[in-house]
Amino acid sequence: MSSPVPIAVAMSGGVDSSTVAALLRREGERVVGLTLQLWDQTRLAGRHGIPEQPKAGRCCSLDDVYDARRVAEHLGIPYYVVNQQERFERDVVRPFVSEYLAGRTPIPCSLCNDHLKFDQLLLTARSIGAERIATGHYAINEFDPARGRWILKRPVDRAKDQTYFLFGLKQEQLARTLFPLGRMTKPEVRELARVAGLALAEKPDSQEICFIPGGDYKSFITAYLEEQGETLPDSAGELVTAGGEKMGRHEGIHGFTIGQRKGLGVTSPNPLYVLQIDPATNRVTLGADAELATRNLRAGRLNWISISELTGPMRVQVKIRHRHEPAWATIEPEGDDAVMATFEEPQRAVTPGQSAVFYDGDEVVGGGWIV
Amino acid sequence: MRRVYFDANATTPLLKEVVEAMQPYWTEHFGNASSIHLYGQEARKAIETARATMAEFFNCREAEVVFNSGGTEGDNTALFGILRPGDHLVTSSIEHSAVLSAARKLEAQGVTATFVDPEPNGLMNPETIRRAIRPNTRLISIMHANNETGVIQPLAEIGRIAAETGICFHIDGVQAAGKIPIDVREIGCHLYSISAHKMHGPKGTGALFIKSGTPFESVIVGGSHERRRRAGTENVAGIVGLGRAAEIAMRTLADDTIDQLRAHRDRLEAGLLQIAGTGVNGAGAPRTANTANIHFDDVEAEALVIALDLKGIAVSGGSACHSGKTEPSHVLMAMGMDAIQARASLRFSLLKTVTAEDVDHALSVIPEAVEQMRALSPAAAGTRG
Repeated sequence: MSSPVPIAVAMSGGVDSSTVAALLRREGERVVGLTLQLWDQTRLAGRHGIPEQPKAGRCCSLDDVYDARRVAEHLGIPYYVVNQQERFERDVVRPFVSEYLAGRTPIPCSLCNDHLKFDQLLLTARSIGAERIATGHYAINEFDPARGRWILKRPVDRAKDQTYFLFGLKQEQLARTLFPLGRMTKPEVRELARVAGLALAEKPDSQEICFIPGGDYKSFITAYLEEQGETLPDSAGELVTAGGEKMGRHEGIHGFTIGQRKGLGVTSPNPLYVLQIDPATNRVTLGADAELATRNLRAGRLNWISISELTGPMRVQVKIRHRHEPAWATIEPEGDDAVMATFEEPQRAVTPGQSAVFYDGDEVVGGGWIV
Repeated sequence: MRRVYFDANATTPLLKEVVEAMQPYWTEHFGNASSIHLYGQEARKAIETARATMAEFFNCREAEVVFNSGGTEGDNTALFGILRPGDHLVTSSIEHSAVLSAARKLEAQGVTATFVDPEPNGLMNPETIRRAIRPNTRLISIMHANNETGVIQPLAEIGRIAAETGICFHIDGVQAAGKIPIDVREIGCHLYSISAHKMHGPKGTGALFIKSGTPFESVIVGGSHERRRRAGTENVAGIVGLGRAAEIAMRTLADDTIDQLRAHRDRLEAGLLQIAGTGVNGAGAPRTANTANIHFDDVEAEALVIALDLKGIAVSGGSACHSGKTEPSHVLMAMGMDAIQARASLRFSLLKTVTAEDVDHALSVIPEAVEQMRALSPAAAGTRG
């Protein structure tokens, strides 16, 4: 079914979003391609620990914009690059840096989804005359008339499930968003791309944080602060055991994440892991793997999708990081904008700064940020 | 869908007469103008005929016209051809990047530069330029008409300052050529660059006036083409196209074409100013007849350009050479506008072939598009950067 109102496809220059554009085009929709220019990959090049030449295949590299443009030309759709570098820096990069400096482990992809892709991009799409956007995320988005709500569901291809990063979507955003790949597997998507004659059908998936080529986030933080004329706050401190025994010193709390084993700078007969990061004292607590397990977590800044609000205890499955198998827990409201989740089995390495996403079967109930 | 092209300052279509004039020089008269034989002579004759036209266009001698690849090359050649380490350059902060980037590169090589700001209406004050001059100032480089606002600079007065002080004077005339008469003698400049494609000629061709006796060293070296001022086999068809385009431009400058163009622009501008929260950037200054730079409060120009394109109206958020850049227009910022207003500004630049229907169509589409965008703007208020 085609409509005269165009659909704006968020094109990253990768296989998934390119295939979305091809699919909608094949269905006879009026399609406009938009690429968000979020970060200048050459911006920090040559600074502290950052390579002179940015690697190809990163989000927002010139190569990706080139690829997206070539796809749009191939499909015969209008295509535009929308510059959102300032917003990306303010709403994603800055919080990313401050979270690490505060001893937490941030998820920039969720921030980007909340502030750029489903907020600003949707606004841009609407202001250029499109009513809806489509993206290459693997997720299912359906309206349930019985509940009168838009429901976000895990996709058919579980290995590509991106619902963990999408829990922040508001009803009005879901109502204007299409995820055409939700019922397809990645191999099927690549096949469709091949059939559609897209030259990038074999392009590898991107894995890393798009603005940190090489994945060295510590160097990125140093280089970024240096560029901003700011100095890295001195958060050096002690490495201690849960019992208070001093194990050594570290150079800054931003170098640690809960559950980390490598690069602790201590020797011990038994493997040691980061249990806790205390930004007040800059103390990093180490301990055995077993000590990482906890039964509870608290999450704030909530967003509900399948329900309008949580009024009492609810048994759900909770996912606490992207590669975590959701675990059974009961969530209960706690104060204004927080929940307490109690797991049925203790979970390893609950990490402040990550999100906790609640599932009821395939449905995303909602989620929040672990505090 | 009806399509309207309001981006003439980015580029213009070739006129049919220009294409026809160029035609024989692709396959029939394909000779190298440096060759001795008949093929070469035909090419040479075509180039020298075009040179005579350009001499008339600039009001200079034929020997003072150098053909090149366009405006960027002309601007680069003027700066790199004149300035040496230890020299000082006086230019403006609203120049095209072809001048600004060349100046920055020269700064890294030991040249110093002063970038003079315009008045809020976009006009350069000649006295400010005079005050920027130092004992080692070797070159003044100022544009004739600004590409974004169309503001026409007081070149005769700056030329007098150059003459009094004995400093070389280069003019980037890319946006003036074909829109206002050029007289290098009257201005008293030493170099003047133009580009063919801004006046219905082909892309990749331009001309640089170099006054004889100017202490200039060629930048592109090789053979002895263009009296050793610009090496490289001449782009014969391009040069013929430029010559023909210049001929037609001179004709349209003499008849009432520009007046009509101005009337269309003024009507478009008046119509757009009917929209609340709008204003002309560069208002009150003399401007080229085809350019209107308008700010639309509470609108992001970047999105409006896309919205209008999807509705068949081609405009620009500023210089086409800067699209994709994160900074707001350096020209509007130098005029003292704030970043939000600069980012809310659109450039409408009309072709000489513009019709009343084009303007009508634009005025039937744009107010609605702006209104639509503003209706979404309260939602944007919280996220505006």
